[in-house]
Amino acid sequence: MGRLLPGAGPGVRATDRRPPWVLIVPACVAALFALLPLGYLAVRALERGPGYAWDVVADERTLQLVGRSLGLALTVVAACLVLGVSLAWLTVRTALPGARAWSVLATLPLAVPSYVAAFTWLSAAPRTAGFAGAALALTLVSFPYVQLPVAAALRGIDPAQEEAARSLGHGPLSTFWRITLPQLRPAAAGGGLLVALYVLSDFGAVSLMRYDTFTWAIHTSYRASFDRTPAAALSVVLVVMTVALVAAEGRTRGRAGHARTGTGSARPIAAVPLGRWRIPALAWCSAVTAVAVAFPLGTLGYWLAVGTSATRDLGGLAETAWATLGVAAAGAALTTLLALPVGVIAARHRGRGARLLEQAAYAGHALPGITVALALVFFAVRYAYPLYQQLPLLICAYAVLFLPVAVAATRAAVLQAPPVLEDVARSLGRRPLRVLRDVTVPLAAPGVAAGAALTFVVCMKELPATLLLRPTGMDTLATRLWTETGAGSFAAAAPYAAALILLAAVPSYLLGRHRT
Amino acid sequence: MRRPTARLITALTAIGLLVPALAACGSDDKGGGSGGGDDAALVIYSGRNEKLVKPILDKLEKAVGSEVDVRYGESAELAAQILEEGDRTKAGLFFSQDAGALGALSKEGMLEKLPQATLDKVDSAYRGGEGDWVGLSGRVRVIAYNPDKVDKAPDSVHDVVKPEWKGKVGFAPTNASFQAFVTGMRVLEGDDATRTWLKGLKANGKTYSNNLATLDAVESGEVSLGLVNHYYWYERVAEKGEDKVGAKLHFLPGGDPGALINVAGAAVLKDGGQSATAQKAVDYLLSKEAQTYFAEETKEYPLAAGVTSPVRDLPALDSLQAPDIDLSKLESLQETLAMLQDVGLV
Repeated sequence: MGRLLPGAGPGVRATDRRPPWVLIVPACVAALFALLPLGYLAVRALERGPGYAWDVVADERTLQLVGRSLGLALTVVAACLVLGVSLAWLTVRTALPGARAWSVLATLPLAVPSYVAAFTWLSAAPRTAGFAGAALALTLVSFPYVQLPVAAALRGIDPAQEEAARSLGHGPLSTFWRITLPQLRPAAAGGGLLVALYVLSDFGAVSLMRYDTFTWAIHTSYRASFDRTPAAALSVVLVVMTVALVAAEGRTRGRAGHARTGTGSARPIAAVPLGRWRIPALAWCSAVTAVAVAFPLGTLGYWLAVGTSATRDLGGLAETAWATLGVAAAGAALTTLLALPVGVIAARHRGRGARLLEQAAYAGHALPGITVALALVFFAVRYAYPLYQQLPLLICAYAVLFLPVAVAATRAAVLQAPPVLEDVARSLGRRPLRVLRDVTVPLAAPGVAAGAALTFVVCMKELPATLLLRPTGMDTLATRLWTETGAGSFAAAAPYAAALILLAAVPSYLLGRHRT
Repeated sequence: MRRPTARLITALTAIGLLVPALAACGSDDKGGGSGGGDDAALVIYSGRNEKLVKPILDKLEKAVGSEVDVRYGESAELAAQILEEGDRTKAGLFFSQDAGALGALSKEGMLEKLPQATLDKVDSAYRGGEGDWVGLSGRVRVIAYNPDKVDKAPDSVHDVVKPEWKGKVGFAPTNASFQAFVTGMRVLEGDDATRTWLKGLKANGKTYSNNLATLDAVESGEVSLGLVNHYYWYERVAEKGEDKVGAKLHFLPGGDPGALINVAGAAVLKDGGQSATAQKAVDYLLSKEAQTYFAEETKEYPLAAGVTSPVRDLPALDSLQAPDIDLSKLESLQETLAMLQDVGLV
């Protein structure tokens, strides 16, 4: 398929050339960071000897859980690809009325914690419990993982190729299928991978929907026995699954180059007229928005209106919101910085080292939050005690947990920036750092920013690691939500959930505004 | 048009990197000595919900004469955290939602033996076998029933698996109290009998997501019986008035496993460096003031000798015929979960 694309010659592809030190060193730092939980798991899993750990892993039930988890992940990924790609294409490339508003709305479900989504569906339709309910709730909160990078990729595509295809007599559908879709593949596959890892690590939705998966088993293992060995051994299996998924995603990428050849014309891409498809397209967007955004918001509104337990402590709410913004911004910033070198290497360089670096960055992502949190407790207590239960450690936890979100976005964005410009800069004597700063980063900026915004939002709603690692007495919107729902008062939780969703709308809006 | 986005990233990065730096400065001046010592603030890891216990922990601060920092979380996760912290734990006192988490810390030798005077305040049935934790409040498993549907609830959980109750029993298999009760049954009657009973329950029962949903189903008549904890009913009665609550409670007689009493409790951490203050805190939590608070707010049973619950119509603790069981044995929850999975209930 790569041959269809101009500029897919040897000079454009990822190269075997060794990445410059200015990338290798920070990328290795990021990878080491992400590998921390693995070190911890090794220590804990082998605590009682490899035989015991093997007994846990070799249990018949383990295989069954692998099957259940993978089945759920694949279902959700498939659904997210359909929702994400269709919405991205409709909002970016067609003359859809209110396209910008739809694209902002489509990112909002990210702000809904999976357990809130699951609860709202359970309260409305108790029969959804089980596989269907878990798949539904997880799809509705995670399809923006696909929609955001695909939309960013669509904006970066050189319209000349599509125009060429059209001029050669291809219809819009054929052009989309043969020209556009292949170019979206890295972004869609990267987003799909994130969704898969998110599903593997999710605990909230599956526990409420009573669909036991791997993460569920790890949680109950901690809860039931306080024996960290079985939980750690099971977590190692999860890491193996992650590596397998990352490798599989790498295969679907293919070897196609995806850069545009020009420096990016200021000319806007002509919107595809929808014609008689306008109404179905609008209906599709409305339907998705209704179930993914309006439904949870409406349920929250209902709780707010009918609940007697709702406290209207606006001062406390504002304080919590402010703290949440602070840690989430810091988490997003650190994660983005760490992801940048890994993402650039993953996009620009081939070979074992580059692949290992990228896989390492993903290692922590499928692990349940509590495993990552306990790993950081373990390391901080031993090697960085003054930092323990301080903000920097919490922010590091966010980076370990969400590094892949930023790496995927960076990689997809860099892939679209033509490497020939970097070559030119290098041939003009620019040093690698300046090439990165002056050429690569500015070209990849929209995608990197989308990744940063995504990271920002997922940090905001993170719960298990925040509970264990936050400074004593500090609260985020997610921990307040947990406290209020823990006391059974969903009405009291509603303001925090609503605030979470409203705040998460800000980065989405900013990205929407800056997009072309 | 890429510039604004690039600026956005730069700004976000700058903000992000500044916040922790500022926060680190801020936390320095209030952090004090992190080395512990009895003069520092008492750190409580609380597995009980903040909404529930914050008022009484505020009072505790005055009673023990020391500043108190409370870290809220889930009992199991906080216990795992303390285990991971080992001898560098910051927790002086662990306030747990259930006996299992306390038992786990006790097994690892992380808890300090409590003074005999403190232990003596609580019946030996409600404290750790090693004398290193005490129960503070108790919850009883009961059968809720709908008087419109049945005249009388059965006297044993063994009865609810009989054919006459088919489709009429509600329960919450994922609820921790339900699982603790099944563990109790395993301890009392063995695995085989429990497995058979669970199969019968699965055939007869309807599952709900939690105790409240189960109680709702009993009230609405969706099921006739519900296996729940006693306090959900008393809370509802306190909220709505007894005449508006369409369910009644039946306390099971004769040491039936369905009448298990489980506890929430507290323990002092050996390595928290705050033993003296933490012990004072335990004594305060067993004081009449605190015990009455639990009884009123949570409708649980106060466990300190000499304190009776002010909740109306609550049968006296010593009148209950709970099964005779060592609560520390409830830690074999793992096997219970395996059995529940095996039977197909979770």
